[in-house]
Order: sequence, then structure tokens, then C-alpha cells
Amino acid sequence: MKNRIDERFARLAREGRKGFIAYLTAGDPSPAATAPLVDAIEAAGADIVELGVPFSDPLADGVVNQRSAERALRRGVNLATVLEIVRRIRTRSEIPIVLFTYLNPVVAYGFERFAAHAQRAGVDGVLALDLPLEEAGRYRRILDARGIRSIALIAPTTPPERVRRIARHARGFIYYVSRTGVTGEQRQIAFDLARHVRTIRQVTTLPIAVGFGISTPAHVKEASRIADAVVVGSAIVKEIERCRRPAALPAILGRRVRQLSAPLRSR
Amino acid sequence: MKKRTCSPDRRGYFGAYGGRFVPETLVPALQQLQREFTRARGDPRFRAELRAMLRDYAGRPTPLTFAPRLTEAFGGARVYLKREDLAFTGAHKINNCLGQGLLAKRMGKRRVIAETGAGQHGVATATVAARLGLQCRVYMGEEDTRRQALNVFRMELLGATVVPVTSGSRTLKDAIDEAMRDWVTNVRNTHFVLGTVAGPHPYPLMVREFQRVIGRETRRQVLNSEGRLPDCLIACVGGGSNAIGLFYDFLGDPAVRMYGVEAGGLGVRSGRHAARFSGGRPGVFQGSMSYVIQDSDGQIRTTHSISAGLDYAGVGPEHSCLYESGRVRYDSVTDREALEGFLLLSSLEGISPALETAHAIAYAARIVPRMKKNQIVVINISGRGDKDVEIVRSALRRRTGAR
Repeated sequence: MKNRIDERFARLAREGRKGFIAYLTAGDPSPAATAPLVDAIEAAGADIVELGVPFSDPLADGVVNQRSAERALRRGVNLATVLEIVRRIRTRSEIPIVLFTYLNPVVAYGFERFAAHAQRAGVDGVLALDLPLEEAGRYRRILDARGIRSIALIAPTTPPERVRRIARHARGFIYYVSRTGVTGEQRQIAFDLARHVRTIRQVTTLPIAVGFGISTPAHVKEASRIADAVVVGSAIVKEIERCRRPAALPAILGRRVRQLSAPLRSR
Repeated sequence: MKKRTCSPDRRGYFGAYGGRFVPETLVPALQQLQREFTRARGDPRFRAELRAMLRDYAGRPTPLTFAPRLTEAFGGARVYLKREDLAFTGAHKINNCLGQGLLAKRMGKRRVIAETGAGQHGVATATVAARLGLQCRVYMGEEDTRRQALNVFRMELLGATVVPVTSGSRTLKDAIDEAMRDWVTNVRNTHFVLGTVAGPHPYPLMVREFQRVIGRETRRQVLNSEGRLPDCLIACVGGGSNAIGLFYDFLGDPAVRMYGVEAGGLGVRSGRHAARFSGGRPGVFQGSMSYVIQDSDGQIRTTHSISAGLDYAGVGPEHSCLYESGRVRYDSVTDREALEGFLLLSSLEGISPALETAHAIAYAARIVPRMKKNQIVVINISGRGDKDVEIVRSALRRRTGAR
């Protein structure tokens, strides 16, 4: 089955470019706002968008994303709303969409039902934060059947033998968590990033994206030297929190994404 | 005879419940913990050290006390109390903290973190950290730090840092989220001393093994004084560690009936409770698959109970397994009934139980009067009530005021 994530990485490789992946919580600041925000960040140079499914107990997220999820939940956003948002984006854009979620909202929705609806809505990948290799098998098979890539995480604490096993079952791309910690901005990126990414390269041909803590153009530049794509989340989400005029938000996020992704264009 | 337990498989599943649903960063630490725990369990030196600490430091074995006036008041079975309230720091929590503290040292981790609701587990962890020379940080919902200010000070006196948690609903579940975030960040030098039989594998198994001492002692003590096994065991269930600790060594004896008592809060129908089995359904929460109180979208709901220790949306996966197999019966009592239980045990036996424990007393008041006089019941007095005196006082005031 064709998949927009695969196609995008193939194109990036052809063009000799590195990808920019932008994260947003779906439904923050409102369900209606997300599709225009995705338009803006796509126009600003984002190659893939990660949409966060808000959850009451986001234990892998730092405060910026926690508050973002709380805002979305207060607006009544649930998984059905998120899929509705994806459908709306699909009426005008072919940008690859990865849902970034905790497992329980998906379990509550019904996993098979979710996979069917996500496929129909136009979701390309699912990254479940609290679903490590040992638990992922049956969920991955359900997503496989729908042509949805089940994205695997590798962390700095993952030992080499385990990296190999995760890579063997990975789909779409590998998401390397660039530091031990939760999501959120950092002053500098981990010093041993290059070594870890090289370890992963040795055992997979899949593209590798690096995320968690990347928040400045300099970080993006540094990470893109070794990775195939760079994920920025909190630095973008923070703009949503800061903004008092929702109408100005697409322009603000566009500017921010253009600034953050600039190092990927000037190569 | 087939042992009717739900012992976990290699992946930490008790039947359909359990597992390890955590971010990848934590998986290697949980695997290391599982390895070290397995090794320590089989190591005579570790066992001897833990046994000595439980005896000389925590004051075990705790007594099994016959309760003559409570027995008379109920007019049914003979009532025994397993006195975990007499364990050092005032609750069963110390059993687990000593085990995990020694394990942390064995793994070379110099820093421990813990979550706490009312503060019992936080105090026990801070105590063990002081004794073993470990750095200690305790996460506590901001709401709870206010209600339990004295326990906060107590932990600080023991050298721990108490961090008020302001995210989410600012209660126990958010304290666990925050402790997990700390752990994800500092996993290389830090051990997370989880206080109950919930969370990702191997915690439900490991904490049970450290709490089994309650049931093992009870079994020996009741055989000594009565010459036979009890007919019935009663314990309150928050995460479920005191209950599983008492129940586990009796699971293979079908004649011993068991009751787990959850917090009914203002009544299960009010929606303000922590009764996971009558008011929740299976889901993935804080590391494992188990019964959890959630809305139709899978968002975890805030719970309510007069007792902070039972005020939790999740429950240990082994309890979910025992619930579905029918081996243990789970039921709930309300805040008001628990308050009656507190007063009853205080006035009849001179023992003021923790409000958590008071739920078990209240449930006993419901079922023991229907039992026969030659039967035996054991209630786990999981903790003492000093910490709750303020809460009881204001609840009684409200009650008098409303008259």
C-alpha cells in the first residue's frame, strides 16, 4: 500500500534534503484552528506533521505539551475530533500525518475501529508513546493491514541488541528520542547524538528522525547533519500558548517554522 | 489442589492484565529491575539482610490481635486484626520500601524517588532513604501537600525533598505522572520506589513479594491461636498492596473467602468515588492494563475518597485478574460508612485506624454479623489513623453542623 510518509522520505532522499517534522496538539487552541495551522506550517516548509492526541496523563511530556493537551481537552477534543481534523486537512493537503498518542484513548475507541477510521481519514502513521516493542505486536499488525505505519521509538538508554530488535519491526521511520527525558525545550542537544544515530544506521535502512528537546535553528542544523529528519514540538506549541490573538496564529507559526527549518534549505 | 492464583507470566501479565506500557526510555531500566529483583530473591544474603531489617528496624512480625469487643458488637465471627499499624512509620508501606531500598543500593542507584498521596508511602520511602544513605525526592499533589502539611514536614525532617505537583488534577495520579517524568529524565542514577502493586512489570509482582510477609505471618499466627485457617479475609484496596500482601498466601485455600474494599466516596452512582470494579473498565494507565476509572474517550477521570490513599483511578493488575476469576470479591463502602468504621474501631478496641483501613472495618460491619460464631475473620489494619485525625474532626464537625 502506498503511504505518504514513505513517499515523502523517498522524495527527500532524491532531492538530497533533510525533513522537518512539526508537532502540534490536535485541537489546541480549538478544533477548528488546527487545519489552518497545518496549512501554514506546510507552506512554511514542514514535510510531515505530527498531531498530538490529547490525554489526561501525558507522562512522557513536559509542561508545554501537558498544558497544550489540557487546553484541547477543555475544548472537548477526543479521538473522533482528531480524526475529523485529519479529514479536514485532507480536503486540501497531502502532507504526511502521524498521530502522536498515548495508548488508552485508542484502546477506548477500539483499536481496529480506530485503524479503519484513521485509514479512511488519511492518517499515515501512528506513534504510541507508551507502547514499547514487547506490547506493540498485535497493534502493529492491525495498522499494517490498513497501510498505516506504526512508528517505533528508540531512546538513548536502549541497548544495542534491543535497537536491532526494534529496528527489525519498525515501519515508516525510526524516531530517535534525542535525550533521556520528557518532551520540551533544551538549551543544547545531547552530545552523544551522533554516536547513537550511527548505531541505529548500522541495523536499518529506514529513515531516522530525531526529536525531543530540539528547539532552535542551531539544534535543527546540528541534528540534521546525522538524521534524515528533525522533529520540533514544544518550541512550536509554546507559540500557541503565548498567542492572544487566534487569528494571527497561522502567520506566527508559519514564521516560526520557516525560521526553525531554515537550516534545512540552505544546504 | 490447583493454586488459584494469577501469577504473572514472563511479560508481567496476570491473565489479561498487567504488562509494561511505558516510554521506550524506561524499558531498559524495568528490565534491569526485573533481573536484579529475580537475582536478589534467590540470594540468601539479600534475603537475610531484608529479614533482619524487617525485624530489627521495622518491628516485624506485627501482632495478630484478637478483637473481643468488636467481635461482640458484630455478634458473628471471631474478629482478628493484623496490626500493620504497628509496623515502623505506621503502615504496611515500610515492608515494600525496605525491599526496594535495598534493591536500589544493590543496583548502585544513589537516588530514589517516590509518589505519595496522604504521605504514608512518602514517609516510609524517606525513612528508608535516610537509613540507607540514599538521596530522596517525593512527589505529592499540591492539594495533598496542603491537607497533609505535617507529613510534608516529617519527610523534610528525614532529609527528603518534597515536590508539590501542580499538573492535572494535583492528586496522587498526577504525582505518579510526575515521578515517572523524573524517572524518564534521571533513570541512569535513580530508582523509582513505587508504593503499590500497580504500574509496569515488574512492580506489581515485586511489591507483592515484598508485602507477602503480611499474609505469611497471619497464616502462622492464626494457626497458632486457632489451630485452623480463617474463613474470611478483609482488606481495603487502593492500588492494592496491603490487600494482596494479606491475600496472596491464602489464594490456594478455597475455603478462605476474601474481600477487597474500595472507596465508594459519595456513592458509586454519584460519580464521585474510586470504585474501579463497579465504576471503571479495563484500560491502559500508568504502565499497565487494568481496571481504571475513565470517561468514554479513555481520559482518566478524577476520583474522590475521604481517604487519600484510596483516592486513585487505577488498581493493581493482579486485582483485576482476581476480580474476573471471582477468587476475591470486591465491593465498596462510602466516605460516611468509613467514618463510622473509624469511630467503631477507636471506641471498641482503642485502635484508631487510617481512613483507608476504616473502609475494611466498615465492610466488616456489613458482613461479619451474618457469619457464624465459630467462624474466624481477619481484617488487615493496614495503617494507623494519627495522620487522619484532622480530617475526621472536620468531617464530624460538618456532620454535627448539618444536623
